[in-house]
Amino acid sequence: MNIGLEHYLVVSVLLFALGLLGVLLRRNLLVIYMSLELMLNAANLALVAFSRFTGRLDGQILVFFVITVAAAEVSVGLALIVALYRKRQTAHVEDLTTMKL
Amino acid sequence: MQDILFYTFAALTLICALLVVANPFSLNPVTSAMFLVLAIVSLAGLFVLLHAFFLAAVQVLVYAGAVMVLFLFVIMLLDLRAEERRKIKLFGAVAGCVCVGAFLFIFLAQLLHSPLGGSLTPTLEGEIVPLGKLLFTRYLLPFEIVSVLLLVGMVGVVLLSKKDLK
Repeated sequence: MNIGLEHYLVVSVLLFALGLLGVLLRRNLLVIYMSLELMLNAANLALVAFSRFTGRLDGQILVFFVITVAAAEVSVGLALIVALYRKRQTAHVEDLTTMKL
Repeated sequence: MQDILFYTFAALTLICALLVVANPFSLNPVTSAMFLVLAIVSLAGLFVLLHAFFLAAVQVLVYAGAVMVLFLFVIMLLDLRAEERRKIKLFGAVAGCVCVGAFLFIFLAQLLHSPLGGSLTPTLEGEIVPLGKLLFTRYLLPFEIVSVLLLVGMVGVVLLSKKDLK
């Protein structure tokens, strides 16, 4: 049996669902951040698979940009978490309820 | 051979991702980070199977190298202990699972009914030379903008990590 586009897409969807599950269920800010990375990686996998099976390189270029933007996003986000930890001494989402009604 | 490699890497990626999200043995963020490294490296294996060699290298260098070192550094800096087991709100957990289940159902049903099945043959060879040519001709403007974005990110991080935020 040959490996086709749909195999890669199924893996990508499952990976994205796992990342979503992590964002919704875990309570630690850093682990939520890692789950976000998983979701970005799932999108990357789908893009590379589409690029391979449609014969255009644009998907791979987009993945290149996604990786760059994700690196910038991680650095800023982690700096925010560190600043937050300095102020509130916690990295736990249930302790950060200032904006809750 | 390719099939076996695909299934191996796909299973490795998914198992490691599951252990990042819900590890039954430890809730320590360091364990999650280590499994995230493994998941990313096996995803790079999938990229190689898709003939995207440059992206596989970048994936290992940037994600498994730079980003994960940053994560581990912040974990050490914050001195986080294992997430203590608080009472998990049942409503929240059930709502989250239902959400993810609905998402999976929609996407997998779409995939089953889409006309992708086997009609497409892999054509693209992800070589570096055409990739670089495309990056520096048609995608030159986004490339430059991304460099500015990295500069902005760097300045923002330096500002945010100052002792007294003004």
